[in-house]
Amino acid sequence: MNDKVDVLIIGSGASGAAVAWSLTDTRMRILCLEQGDWIKPTDYPSNGRDWEARLFSDFAINPNRRARETDYPINDANSPIKVVNFNGVGGSTIMYTAHYPRLHPSDFKVKTLDGVADDWPVDYETLDPFFAENDRMTGVSGLAGDPAYPPHQPPMPPLPLGKSGQRFGKAMNRLGWHWWPSDASIATTDYEGRARCINLGHCTPGCAQGAKASTDITYWPLAIRAGVELRTRCRVREITLDENGMAAGVVYYDAKGEEHCQPAEMVIVACNGVGTPRLLLNSVSGKFPNGLANSSGLVGRNLMFHPYAYSYGYVDEPLDGNHGPPLCLWSQEFYETDASRDFVRGYTFQFSRGYGAILEAITSTAAGRLPWGEDHHRVYRQLLNHRIGLSAIIEDLPEEHNRVTLDPVQKDSHGIPGPRIDYTIGENSRKMIEHALANARTILEAAGAKNIGTEVPILNGGWHLLGTARMGDNPERSVVNGWGRCHDVKNLFIVDGSIWVTAGAVNPTSTIQALALYIADQIKQRLANLFD
Amino acid sequence: MTQPLSAVEIDDLRAFAGMMIPASPAYGVPGADDPTIFTDILANLGRDRDDVAAALRRLKELAGGMTFAGLPAERRQAVGETLRAEGGLPLAALTRVILLCYYRDDRVMGSLGQEPRPPFPKGHTVEQGDWSLLDPVKKRPPLWRRVP
Repeated sequence: MNDKVDVLIIGSGASGAAVAWSLTDTRMRILCLEQGDWIKPTDYPSNGRDWEARLFSDFAINPNRRARETDYPINDANSPIKVVNFNGVGGSTIMYTAHYPRLHPSDFKVKTLDGVADDWPVDYETLDPFFAENDRMTGVSGLAGDPAYPPHQPPMPPLPLGKSGQRFGKAMNRLGWHWWPSDASIATTDYEGRARCINLGHCTPGCAQGAKASTDITYWPLAIRAGVELRTRCRVREITLDENGMAAGVVYYDAKGEEHCQPAEMVIVACNGVGTPRLLLNSVSGKFPNGLANSSGLVGRNLMFHPYAYSYGYVDEPLDGNHGPPLCLWSQEFYETDASRDFVRGYTFQFSRGYGAILEAITSTAAGRLPWGEDHHRVYRQLLNHRIGLSAIIEDLPEEHNRVTLDPVQKDSHGIPGPRIDYTIGENSRKMIEHALANARTILEAAGAKNIGTEVPILNGGWHLLGTARMGDNPERSVVNGWGRCHDVKNLFIVDGSIWVTAGAVNPTSTIQALALYIADQIKQRLANLFD
Repeated sequence: MTQPLSAVEIDDLRAFAGMMIPASPAYGVPGADDPTIFTDILANLGRDRDDVAAALRRLKELAGGMTFAGLPAERRQAVGETLRAEGGLPLAALTRVILLCYYRDDRVMGSLGQEPRPPFPKGHTVEQGDWSLLDPVKKRPPLWRRVP
């Protein structure tokens, strides 16, 4: 039995790191258990000549393909979108593209505004100071003045437009449609000990330069300096209860596979929208035979991914290729509900630069665009560095049949059941996808692109794992309350994307972290009667 | 249990790689069956070895009792096209391992005008671009929806 800690955080990714850092103000004894390792910047693929090849091996975005010891298997056979993630200090901020928009004010009020799903128990205005604090901690680049958002001021200037961005900007201006430089969690100037971006272009599988903000280099150094203990290679099997039905701590396995009990006064779960329901569902007891904190039956339900509809084409001049951060612009022309459309809610377009040499060859071969034989070389030279693309991030509405359960067969290396995903794309999302594809084609044609292709949905596009332990005021219709505390277990908190009520139509990391800081703030303000 | 490729499978793989990406004097590039590139391919089958072996077995079946490498060039082409039309994960693995070794060879990269180096530490230059393009967007009224 280990010594009891005041706060036990499970998971060191986007939300776990933010909440750990914020709670250091309290001087409580804080421990974080992380199933993965620290990743050294020298291990990132962009250090070596095999930088693209490693996207298909130890830095594959799909954990089933990557299959590191620190990964767990995910049965995603019954889903057209596969879960992608990373397990290590920093979690999936190690392996994300650093596109960093916020939710909109309307995203927190979808029931009131559009009559679907539910309103959130918090709103944009409440989170606004935490967005700003998180932007400062993370180091966000961008340009103030975007008419698609309430005013905010990113701390660093935006990423370069490059040739691709200018081509898209001109096209959008011709169409009269909104576009704007993205907020990105990439340092465009030297920032708080981090070196500025030098356009390695291979941002997703970790930034060797350290310009991309992953929490191992943002929140964690400060949290550890302030006294938080971060214990790696510790995989939590279950959260245990005491005789009063309060969380007593966890059982976990260390790197050698040895079992440990870790008692705690308070447990905070930060394992993402798949890992969190997996852990809760695996924590069964007499009081909670269907999984911990699951009296509502909603743990694991309402999984939302954001289906991605990718469109691309080829232009007649060489552009940026894969040089520079891959995403640099967004459009929110079609974000808010428009009554003239046959769907509610909306989508973001994110504009991307091109691919590296290998990825262009592999995707073009798979699409049947790149021939075998004598003509291979001629055609390839028309493709490489000539690609431009854009993806629509579709707002997924919560549907209870989209869910995470425990797989009856697959287990991780410690014998813990893996998650099973059952997911279908809803009717509203399908209509939205059709709308987005038509508009994407219009944009690509306005940008002079030909040979237009699509990937719908992006197969390995389950980056955003949301909704599986939703917030709410009604314990029968939600898992946690408006500040992240479980209705059923009053010293158990959830701070990751699983508590989202709806998905919005943007990359979620900024809002996940702002929400985690808000919950930490609520915990600090309520310490005297936190468990009442 | 993953097995190493047999000598016949290695011969077929090399013949297939050469058919898929032949050398081109016009572009000054080797084929994917070039000794250096092919050594790289064999060394990097990794987690795709079983799928690659499955694709090669299918290739042999389609060759109708001969090895793929033993077929005349025209017949190889036809068999290859049949395999391509069938598709499937083993074929995807086979073509992927060939492409990811071919498109990192120094000679190939040089012919494409690409520097044969990793992205870090030198990085790349990306032009800032013309920020005045944003002027019409800046003039737009707010798009975001006010909430009650």
